[in-house]
Amino acid sequence: MRYAVIDSWVVAKRDLVHWLREPVRVVANLAYPVISVLIFGLVFGSAMNVFGGGEYIEFLLPGMFGQTIAFGVGTTLLMVSMDADRGVTDRFRASPMSQTGVVAGRSIADLVNSSLELLVLALCGLAMGWSFHDGPLNALVAFALLLWLRFALVWVGIYLGLLVKPEAAQASWMFLFPLTMFANTFVSPELMPGWLRVVAEWNPLSSTVAAARELFGNPGVGGDSWAAQHSLLLAVLWPAVFVAVFWPLSVLKYRNLSR
Amino acid sequence: MLAEGLRKRYGDKWALDGFDLAVPAGTVCGLLGPNGAGKTTAVRILATLLRLDGGRAEVAGLDVARQAAAVRRHVALNGQQSTVDDVLTGRENLVMWGRLYHLSKREAAARADELLEQFGLTDAADKRAKHYSGGMRRRLDLASSFVMRPSVLFLDEPTTGLDPRNRGEVWREVRRVVAEGTTVLLTTQYLDEADQLADQVVVLDTGRVAAQGTPEQLKSKLGGDRIEVVVRTPEELPVVRDVLGPGAEVDDDAFRVSAAVADRVAALTRVTSALAAKGVDAEDIALRRPTLDEVFLAITGHKTGRDNVRAEVRA
Repeated sequence: MRYAVIDSWVVAKRDLVHWLREPVRVVANLAYPVISVLIFGLVFGSAMNVFGGGEYIEFLLPGMFGQTIAFGVGTTLLMVSMDADRGVTDRFRASPMSQTGVVAGRSIADLVNSSLELLVLALCGLAMGWSFHDGPLNALVAFALLLWLRFALVWVGIYLGLLVKPEAAQASWMFLFPLTMFANTFVSPELMPGWLRVVAEWNPLSSTVAAARELFGNPGVGGDSWAAQHSLLLAVLWPAVFVAVFWPLSVLKYRNLSR
Repeated sequence: MLAEGLRKRYGDKWALDGFDLAVPAGTVCGLLGPNGAGKTTAVRILATLLRLDGGRAEVAGLDVARQAAAVRRHVALNGQQSTVDDVLTGRENLVMWGRLYHLSKREAAARADELLEQFGLTDAADKRAKHYSGGMRRRLDLASSFVMRPSVLFLDEPTTGLDPRNRGEVWREVRRVVAEGTTVLLTTQYLDEADQLADQVVVLDTGRVAAQGTPEQLKSKLGGDRIEVVVRTPEELPVVRDVLGPGAEVDDDAFRVSAAVADRVAALTRVTSALAAKGVDAEDIALRRPTLDEVFLAITGHKTGRDNVRAEVRA
C-alpha cells in the first residue's frame, strides 16, 4: 500500500515534469481555452443570444470549463498510447511496482493539469466580466463537479489509449470537437434544431456544464427537458457511469495485454 | 532459467509450440530466428508479460506463472524500443526507475550516480535525454535495467538500428554485467552479435527449437571451412561453380561462389590453378569459417530477417 502511494507519486511526477519542461505544450494547453474565450466572447459574443437572457460571457465560461475538461481525455489518451507504444508500459508491468500506481499516477497528473487549466481560464474569465454569484462554496462545488468528470474521463482515456496507436490518439480532437459542440457549451440547446437539441440536452458534458452554471449563478440554466432540469443529479451520475463502465474495461484491457 | 514445452497460441496459430530452454546462471543465451519465429513471444512469457498456454517456465528459480510478482523483482527487460524518457535528464531517468523498484530516495540517488559512472554518462547526467546520442540513449536504457542488479536480464534486439561503434559499446556493457553474475537472454537478428556474446545459441523456427549449441558447434555442423571466390563478371560465375563442384552456392548479386572444403590449403591451390587454366581472373579468393548466417540458412531454410529490417528502416 505504501508502495502504491510512492509509485503513483513517481509516475505523476514524471508526467508533471513533462508538462512543465515542454513549454510548447503548456502554452498550447493554456492558450487554446484562453483564445477561445476571446474569440467566442468578443467576436461571436455580440451575435449570441442566451436562451432566457443574460450576458453571453457569463454563459460562455462554464461551457469553456466543460470543453477544457472534455479535451483532457485527448491528453490522457495520447499519454497512455505513447507509453504503451514505446514499451514503457511493458517495463512498468515487468517491474515490481504496484499496478495501481501506474493508473493512479496518471489520474493525479491529469487532475493537476486540468485544475491549472481551469484556474487560468477562470482568471481570464474574471478579467473579461464573468463571475460567480452564489458564493465561493458553490463555486468550489462547481469546480469539483468538473474535476469529477475529468476523473471519469481519465478511465475513458486509459481504455482508449490501450486500444489505439499514438497516431490515432493524436486525431482524437476530431471527434472531441463536435462532441463538445453538440452540447450546451456555447449555445443553448433550446436554439438548436429538434434532433440535435435532444443530443445536446443528453450529452453528459451538458449536465456538468449546466450544473456548473447553476452553482456559479450564471445564466442559461433550466429548460424543458428532464435532463436539463436534473443537471446537478446527472452531473454526479454521468461520470459515475463512465467510471463504472471504463474502470473495469481498462483493468480488463490491461490484464489482457498479457494474453 | 528454464523452459519446458512452452506453448503460446494467437488465434489458431501457435507462436510457440513446445519451446524448451535451459540457461545456466551467469551465462548468455542467444535466441535467434527469423521474424515471427517466436523470439519475442518467448521473452515476453519469461519476463511475465504474457501468459503461457502450456508448459512451464522458471526464472531465477521462480515459476513465471505462479510467482510472477516475485519474478519481477529479479528480472529486467530491455525491449526493442528505448524506454528512455526524453524529457527527463539521465540522472532523473535512473532515479525514477530506482524509486519504482522501491529503493528509498537516497538509495535511488546513490545507485543512479553509480550507474552513470559505470556507463560513462556522468558528464551528461544532468542533460535531458533528448540531447543524447543514439549510443548514449542505449547505454542509459541499459543502465536503467540495472538499477536493482537483476539476476536475469532480457535483451530484446538491443542493437537494432545502432551503428557499429555503438553496437560495440553495448556489447561491452553486456559483457560487464555478465561478469558480475547476471544471466542474459538475448534475442537478435544479427548473427555476429550472438557470435560475439552468447555462450549458447538457440535457433527458433516456427515456435520450436530448430538447433542449439555453442556458436562453434553450430558452425562446425556445417562441415568446417568454406572457400569463397569473387569474380568480376557474371559470365564467370558458372565457370567457377563447375570448378568448386556440385555443392557450390552462387550469390549472383555479389558475384560470389562458395563451397565447403575439407582440405584447406590444398583446396586453395587446386582452385587457384583450375581457375587460372580456365582463364578466370578472380577478384578475390579466400578461405573462411562459416558465418552464423550460413548456419541459420542451413537450419531454417530461410534467410535472417535482417533484409526485412533494412527495408523497414528505408520505408
